[in-house]
Amino acid sequence: MQDGPLTLRRRDLLSLIGAVAGSAAMYQAMTALGFAAESRYRGPIRLEGDPRGISVLVLGAGLAGMTAALELRKAGYSVQILEFNDRAGGRNWSLRGGDSFVELGGFKQTCDFADGLYLNPGPWRIPYHHRALLDYCKRLNVALEPFIQLNHNAYLHASRAFGGMPQRIRAVKADFQGEISELLAKATSQGKLDETLSKQDQEILLQALRSWGALDGDYRYSAGLISSGYRGYAKPPGGGLAAVPLPSNPVGLSDILNSGLWRYLRNFAEYNFQTTMFQPVGGMDMIGKAFAKEVGDLIHYNAKVTEIVQDDRGVTVTYSDAKNSKSTLQASADWCVCTIPLSILSQLKINVGAAKKAAIDAVPYAGAVKIGLQFKRRFWEEDDAIYGGISYTDLPIRQIGYPNSGYNRTGRAVLLGAYLFDGANAYEFTAMPPDERVAGAVEFGAAIHPQYRREFENGIAVAWHRVPFTLGCSGDWTHEARAQHYDNLCRIDGRIVLAGEHASALPAWQEGAILSSLDAITRLHERVMKT
Amino acid sequence: MTRARTNARLHATLATLAVLLLPRPQALHAEDDAAARNSGTFSSGYRFVEMSGEELYVNVCRGCHMADAMGATGAGGYPSLTSDRNLEAAGYAIDLVLYGRRAMPSFANMMSDDQIAAVVNYLRTHFGNDYHDAVTPQEVHAVRR
Repeated sequence: MQDGPLTLRRRDLLSLIGAVAGSAAMYQAMTALGFAAESRYRGPIRLEGDPRGISVLVLGAGLAGMTAALELRKAGYSVQILEFNDRAGGRNWSLRGGDSFVELGGFKQTCDFADGLYLNPGPWRIPYHHRALLDYCKRLNVALEPFIQLNHNAYLHASRAFGGMPQRIRAVKADFQGEISELLAKATSQGKLDETLSKQDQEILLQALRSWGALDGDYRYSAGLISSGYRGYAKPPGGGLAAVPLPSNPVGLSDILNSGLWRYLRNFAEYNFQTTMFQPVGGMDMIGKAFAKEVGDLIHYNAKVTEIVQDDRGVTVTYSDAKNSKSTLQASADWCVCTIPLSILSQLKINVGAAKKAAIDAVPYAGAVKIGLQFKRRFWEEDDAIYGGISYTDLPIRQIGYPNSGYNRTGRAVLLGAYLFDGANAYEFTAMPPDERVAGAVEFGAAIHPQYRREFENGIAVAWHRVPFTLGCSGDWTHEARAQHYDNLCRIDGRIVLAGEHASALPAWQEGAILSSLDAITRLHERVMKT
Repeated sequence: MTRARTNARLHATLATLAVLLLPRPQALHAEDDAAARNSGTFSSGYRFVEMSGEELYVNVCRGCHMADAMGATGAGGYPSLTSDRNLEAAGYAIDLVLYGRRAMPSFANMMSDDQIAAVVNYLRTHFGNDYHDAVTPQEVHAVRR
């Protein structure tokens, strides 16, 4: 076939390059051929030169701001950070027992979780290809553990299908895959693929469908031990007498199609959600805290920025004490890295060019709601054998996220009782007072886990449009807005450069914040070294 | 099998939730007003199912502009919509709900012309606003880009 004696196959080329030039060159070649390009991150940033005596003011002590501060100080700059909150981290945030949170509108919630339990109201998972974030975790000694995105034994739930009974992901996935395989095998046997595939390829395809779809000897997806080996058993294999497994009954293709449960399977297929995913041990804010350990001495907390003014010599930022708005303070520097969310920056006085200002004004912020619920025991593990992972539902809570740590322990635990991102339900839950959100999460969740009613103890609900330091979850770019404004948003304007997830192609991801920050300070540093 | 997906409403039995006896968070001002509680309507898809202006305000706008339409202030703020001279020009409100501005999201893809007209009319006749020249769904449609 194609691999004639004169054709250099890609694999041969790579091993040739590897042998002659070493593995680094081979890695470059692989990247050029479209493999191995897992990240734009190219290792720790190197800002060469001597910027001693030059100052940078960083606005915001989230991951973007603290990355900039850490690297700029290391390069020799004099750095200070203004932060609105009384803590570092920004959206990198965890709530634990004893923490309190006042949202816009004045509702104060105090978290009643037991020791060691937490909710990550913001980011909660890290894809393996977010290499910049992973590298900072490594450099800052943040311990990671697996985040379970796909648990085959968690549920998919459609309130109007299967009598409202949640279905195991394993069974839905196996049945959907098996029945599609059977259909395709049938089409192949009936000669309907003759124009598309050679006879030999059709033979191989049939074998593949049997293997992939758990088809029987007649290429059918039928009740039996073959399909049960994928979808699970009515009675699983045991020991001793009567140990033989009993097969379970597949659900019909039409039932799966009409239930809509197929729509959740993409949550296990998309690049952003593929294994391996991680979470920091003990809460997402371990990352922010580790950064703060490095740059905490540079941070002025409770600083509410009201105005950013630049001229050709530097930048002056006016701010007030967030707890005493009558005070007016100023900070000045030669340059400014501004990571303030656009939802807020768009409301501040800032003298930048018209194109930059238009970009700042062009990005609304998405709504999102997360609700943490504490229960007396891990009934999802003890009763339902669900250890970590996520159940998906069409109820307004949309997701139930089980804790990915502390498995098999007795006693209390916290699960994520709702995660709404964008869409109507996120707004509807935001508009409710916090206690109603929690009560709603318990009520809806009980349709999937009836144990909720007996085991629930307390909860806390964070609606991101009501979060005072962001007024929303993340920059909600449209394709049109990005085409028109994105480059203008990222360009250095005089002595100001913006950074944050909103200035990245990874919106709402921490990796976007860090990559954006590294790119911004690289360009800023180049500019400084030239002037 | 036909399933009425688009018009499906999920009525949570929120009225019965009181039996859960949750401790109420302290409200520092406004808002713990029983009359303003969520109507029990939740949408099933990306778009809103609420149809009346009041229901749309309570279930959607209230999230940021608050039950009394006074808005809120943090690092940035949400404007008050009370006695709001900006609402005199109905076209301004329609454009803002459709396409958003700064922190205000766009609802063009989440609300129909009828819904946007309803919520704009509600705002323009409540919270100290007294503009009774009601807008029509056709006017909303004409503003859609």
